[in-house]
Amino acid sequence: MKRKTRRLYMVLVGLCALGAVAAIVLAALEDDIVFFFSPTEIMEKDVIPADQRIRIGGLVESGSVTKAADGVTNLFSVTDMANTIEVQYKGILPDLFREGQGVVTEGYFQGKTLLADEVLAKHDENYMPPEVAEALKKSGKWKEGEPISEALKNGHVPDDAKPAKEY
Amino acid sequence: MIVEIGHFALILSLFVAIVQGVVPLGASAVNNRRWMGIAGPASIAQFLLLCVAFAALTHAFVTSDFSVLNVANNSHTDKPMLYKVSGVWGNHEGSMLLWALILATFGCAVEVFGKNLPDGLKNRTLAVQALISVGFLLFILLTSNPFERLINVPMNGQSLNPLLQDPGLAFHPPFLYLGYVGFSIAYSFAIAALIEGRVDESWARWVRPWTLAAWVFLTIGIALGSWWAYYELGWGGWWFWDPVENASFMPWLAGTALLHSAIVVEKRGALKNWTIFLAIITFGLSLMGTFLVRSGVLTSVHAFATDPERGIFILILLCIAIGGSFALYAVRGPSLSGGGLFKPISREGSLLFNNWILTTATGVVLLGTLYPLFIDAIDAGKVSVGAPFYNRVFIPIMTPLVILMALGPLMSWKRTDAKAVLSRLYLVYGATLAAVVLTYILKGEDGWGGYLGMGLATWLATGVLWDIAERVKLGRTSFGESLKRLKRQPRATWGMTIAHLGLAVTIAGMTGAGNWKVEQIQVMNFGDQLEVAGFTYTFDHVRDVRGPNYNALEGTFTVEKDGKFITTLHSENRTYDTGGMPTTEAGIYTMFLGDLYAVIGDKSGDGYVTRLYWNPLVAWLWGGSLMLAFGGLVSLTDRRHRVGAPKRAKTNRAANNTAAEGAKA
Repeated sequence: MKRKTRRLYMVLVGLCALGAVAAIVLAALEDDIVFFFSPTEIMEKDVIPADQRIRIGGLVESGSVTKAADGVTNLFSVTDMANTIEVQYKGILPDLFREGQGVVTEGYFQGKTLLADEVLAKHDENYMPPEVAEALKKSGKWKEGEPISEALKNGHVPDDAKPAKEY
Repeated sequence: MIVEIGHFALILSLFVAIVQGVVPLGASAVNNRRWMGIAGPASIAQFLLLCVAFAALTHAFVTSDFSVLNVANNSHTDKPMLYKVSGVWGNHEGSMLLWALILATFGCAVEVFGKNLPDGLKNRTLAVQALISVGFLLFILLTSNPFERLINVPMNGQSLNPLLQDPGLAFHPPFLYLGYVGFSIAYSFAIAALIEGRVDESWARWVRPWTLAAWVFLTIGIALGSWWAYYELGWGGWWFWDPVENASFMPWLAGTALLHSAIVVEKRGALKNWTIFLAIITFGLSLMGTFLVRSGVLTSVHAFATDPERGIFILILLCIAIGGSFALYAVRGPSLSGGGLFKPISREGSLLFNNWILTTATGVVLLGTLYPLFIDAIDAGKVSVGAPFYNRVFIPIMTPLVILMALGPLMSWKRTDAKAVLSRLYLVYGATLAAVVLTYILKGEDGWGGYLGMGLATWLATGVLWDIAERVKLGRTSFGESLKRLKRQPRATWGMTIAHLGLAVTIAGMTGAGNWKVEQIQVMNFGDQLEVAGFTYTFDHVRDVRGPNYNALEGTFTVEKDGKFITTLHSENRTYDTGGMPTTEAGIYTMFLGDLYAVIGDKSGDGYVTRLYWNPLVAWLWGGSLMLAFGGLVSLTDRRHRVGAPKRAKTNRAANNTAAEGAKA
């Protein structure tokens, strides 16, 4: 084989490999990414697909956190102050999970209830996940810079709220 | 007073860095040797000044000087000493100071250990390094000064985020930074070489130990972070593909590629262009990681609140560093080509393939990390890219790499007869097949992930062992002779063997922990028994315990297997005095084949919610990572690195080549 031909083959093989990787990546981007919605956006949907992983965020509604009869399934509502979604989560809630705090949960919808298998509360107790902040802003219930407690009629943000920390 | 001295030293170090950056470059342009030489002493001065600044800040933390804003925000008199010290870098300002200190440390180390470097290359490298310092010192002084004083001195501080009060995380940032920032030296060497317009074998030999050292630190740093997530976040996970983790993983992948391509430059003089490119990319990714973490453009479980203004500053730095170096690369790069030719199937070919895969993997992580930003920017909704994406993409990309990893070292330089290599490996095939069958017998049909993972781990481990057996002619000569040959193997070979075996162990750990985890969540009353993966857990009692600066609810579990006592697990829920933020400490007992892992949750009725896990092979993950780092360390002590940067004497290179040839023969 001449050197030029060989180089051509090498380039072709490289391109094929790159194409294969691109195909895998595109397929994964199609199927394996999770869309984020606010409770209002979910409510506006006619049909909530049951086989699509969905992430929702908002504030944990005050007084909504209860346990199911089995003792380990947590029931709570996530609100953007305009609409509310009920969430079921089996397991131990994160340490920072509190009523009135921002939370992001992920799972599949069964009817109008989100069966979450992941609940994320952030490391910082006075920190608002940006998605949640946006959802609240969209619903017109919260403005940037305003203490979260203003937005929550009955919410209780810890009084010892302190400036956000960095690591 | 001490604080002011520190502040002053910090400002002074900026001026020293400016001198160190500007003068040698200017002087070398007009070939003024005396002025060029200023880079060396300046790098030592810069290092010492930053040591003073860092010591002053540490002093403020240790003595709880709350008149310093940074200390007041991040420390507390009740904190144990370890966390007072780690509090220095447990916050943005302090961690950036650590960044700058490490940057200067590497510069100083080049001056101290690089006595044999040619003057031109050394001074230019130090100058480029100093220019990076200038950027970061400006950043610290203008946007995040750790020495800012408070007028109203508070009685006590606000303490360090309790999640960060943990031994694993106390040392995680310094190691990570030693890695991140360590790649700056490879970058500075690359830029210096571009300015000089010359890259040769000795250049690679000088760059490689620095890259290797940085890589070792980064490996340890990532492993520490993953270990912390495993025991502190209380859900038994060890890697979340979270943007902040990705930010450290991308430089690791690119750095690993750089490490391997530098071998080709060193031994064969090929791939020069590509190696320079990788050096730029690797440090660029480190900078980008810093930007992503600091700016808050990405949300993550690890990122604490952030400040956009600082982000913009780092973004500008990033643009200058990357844009500038690519411009230089575009001008000078083409003249660097040349070097040894090789066939696709050869040692060089396999290292090139390794590089393709590692850079592709880096690109994929980059894409996954930035994709949500992109989607958000074009207003197409909000998405998150998580583990499912990476698992699906990463496994097919990495599988060929691992397969080749066992074969590459068996190939010779320039060209190899693939059939000859493959036909010798019957033992490796047999072991791999046995591992897959054994996995099937033990675990049954539970998805292909387990077979693939265990198969790959065995393939790699036996392939590496086969390679070393061939090197010492095991079985083809007397045992004593083989042993003698084993002793004569260069440290670099040992390093590679240990590191590659380490990866095999890590893969086995990932496979076990990823595929066969057993998890049970339930309410348990005192005395309740429960079986998880063959282990019987008894929930004994809970009690209140008092730590140095927290109260904890401690749950105790007794674990037995077949009636035989194994261990007692203590799991804690801690509430710190200073913050309302509780943390979980999992009770963990590590065994060879897996971890027993228990977490206690809230009260439910008369009992408590408990989460019990069996995490198979998870300790292999950290063990394997340590082997990777240790392998790097062993390789670093190789004679040809220790002799360091030998003068460009012909004899020396010839000696090296014969040594390498001899090792292969």
